[in-house]
Amino acid sequence: MGNLLLLADQAAGAIGAGAQAASASGDGHLTSLVAGLTVFVLATFVGVEIITKIPPTLHTPLMSGSNAISGITLVGALLAAGEGATTVAKALGVVAVVLATINVVGGFLVTHRMLGMFRRRK
Amino acid sequence: MNEAVRDLVYLVAASLFIFGIKGLTHPRTAVRGNLIAALGMLLAVVVTLAKQGLHWELIAVGLVVGSILGAVLAIWIQMTAMPQLVALFNGFGGGASALVAGAYLLQAEESAPDVLVATALSGLIGAVTFSGSMVAFGKLQGLRFVRDVRFAGQQFANGVLLVGSLALAWWLVQRPDLGWIYVLIVLLSLALGVGLVISIGGADMPVVIALLNSYSGLAAAATGFVVHNNILIISGALVGASGVILTRIMCVAMNRSLPNVLFGTMGGDAGAVAGADEVYATVKSTTPEEVAMLLESARYVVIVPGYGMAVAQAQHAVSDLAELLTEQGIRVEFGIHPVAGRMPGHMNVLLAEADIPYEVLKDLDEINATIEQADVAIVLGANDVVNPAARDDPNSPIAGMPIINVDKAKTVVVIKRSLAPGFAGIPNPLFAKENTLMLFADGRKAVMDILTALKEG
Repeated sequence: MGNLLLLADQAAGAIGAGAQAASASGDGHLTSLVAGLTVFVLATFVGVEIITKIPPTLHTPLMSGSNAISGITLVGALLAAGEGATTVAKALGVVAVVLATINVVGGFLVTHRMLGMFRRRK
Repeated sequence: MNEAVRDLVYLVAASLFIFGIKGLTHPRTAVRGNLIAALGMLLAVVVTLAKQGLHWELIAVGLVVGSILGAVLAIWIQMTAMPQLVALFNGFGGGASALVAGAYLLQAEESAPDVLVATALSGLIGAVTFSGSMVAFGKLQGLRFVRDVRFAGQQFANGVLLVGSLALAWWLVQRPDLGWIYVLIVLLSLALGVGLVISIGGADMPVVIALLNSYSGLAAAATGFVVHNNILIISGALVGASGVILTRIMCVAMNRSLPNVLFGTMGGDAGAVAGADEVYATVKSTTPEEVAMLLESARYVVIVPGYGMAVAQAQHAVSDLAELLTEQGIRVEFGIHPVAGRMPGHMNVLLAEADIPYEVLKDLDEINATIEQADVAIVLGANDVVNPAARDDPNSPIAGMPIINVDKAKTVVVIKRSLAPGFAGIPNPLFAKENTLMLFADGRKAVMDILTALKEG
């Protein structure tokens, strides 16, 4: 947990630094790419730290639950559907919203259903 | 809403995801963990919708349709079918990522090279995830038109598809105005996803599902680089890590490398293995009544279930048996091999559904530490994962694969229809061991007969 907090702290620092750098310099593209990569790498470390502690008993709910989390692409889909400049862009966005929503709603719901089955000894 | 405020809310949502996953480290906190993660998702969606000037109608339709379909699937699915459902959801997530990247490419006024690279990657990984997951779904669901396809030069063909996609990605970075390049990348990647999964056999499906899980995360992360949103990058990285870890666990449990699972073939060289007749010369068979007598005088019983138990729909009978023995003061535990089900942790869910408390579900290392004290070990629908040849015979095709050491229990009862081999296609010397008794029957019927004998005796 100490490790985790340290990593989270570093990640927060890096995000702050990245955002600052991106707004400070004129050619922000490369700095924003590096800031994004920093977030990606640190989040991967956090993921490895927590997920290796999850017992095999819960590996299926872990998969369906993390699956639902990967439906976060819904955020991008909502923006694409809601502010798409062309009809095609909007159409792609709407289909993406449908797919991602199935992923999110179905994923969390089925995980909830499964976890409800894990009972302690009577 | 102010952009900084929105980004802060995304940060809160990402933290909730992390806390949510952390809740899954124990069954006691897992339900709450899942709810916390779902709350994070709700926050992220609400704050996105709060953006000014969105066309609501289209979004509402998409959200409603998606929610209904997702809920219906989640509520109606059988626990045995969980692997195909997860495959389906993986595919949808990957597909959505590829579509979002495509939509952004269409409407971008000017795109930096790094964004274009991310767009191409999102299309590639998303499309591979989508088509690969659909093939995995078809195989797990047993759809007739999805068969194992293997042909000479298959890996070469997959390689050509991958190199072609990457070359197109490079071209897209030079000419972002040519939208059809992106379409081509997606089409080639769809073919690649099919090509990669179509040749993989049933026993290796747990690895494929875990890997596709990882891909769906990576696709979301790549999309995060396209839409410049950290929450997609963070969530994608978490899911990517999760999938990779589970993939590794599955590979270790089968003692195979990932390339071997993806590109290799299992076994093949059966010549070195002793013939089945020779191995099975001293097999002893038993009756439900005899097993009931053994169980009555036991103090510690270990049950090792395999997927065959689920196929025979024997979980509830097994649960009744465990309950009856526990009531009589006998310690009952389940030894669960990582590849006992069709996806990581699948067997645990099937047993939990049958009301078996999670405290008695032991993993490989836990059960092997105590199995020598077991008076009776019951093997039900498992075969290769209890084959002592993996431990003792360096020439065995499954040599080195971690197994549950049921042969070290005082008595082993193997419930099985016949002496037919498991996925590895090799004979199991366990069946002919001195301390092994074979109960030849359908799994569910055998357990019910043992139950009847116990109640009468």
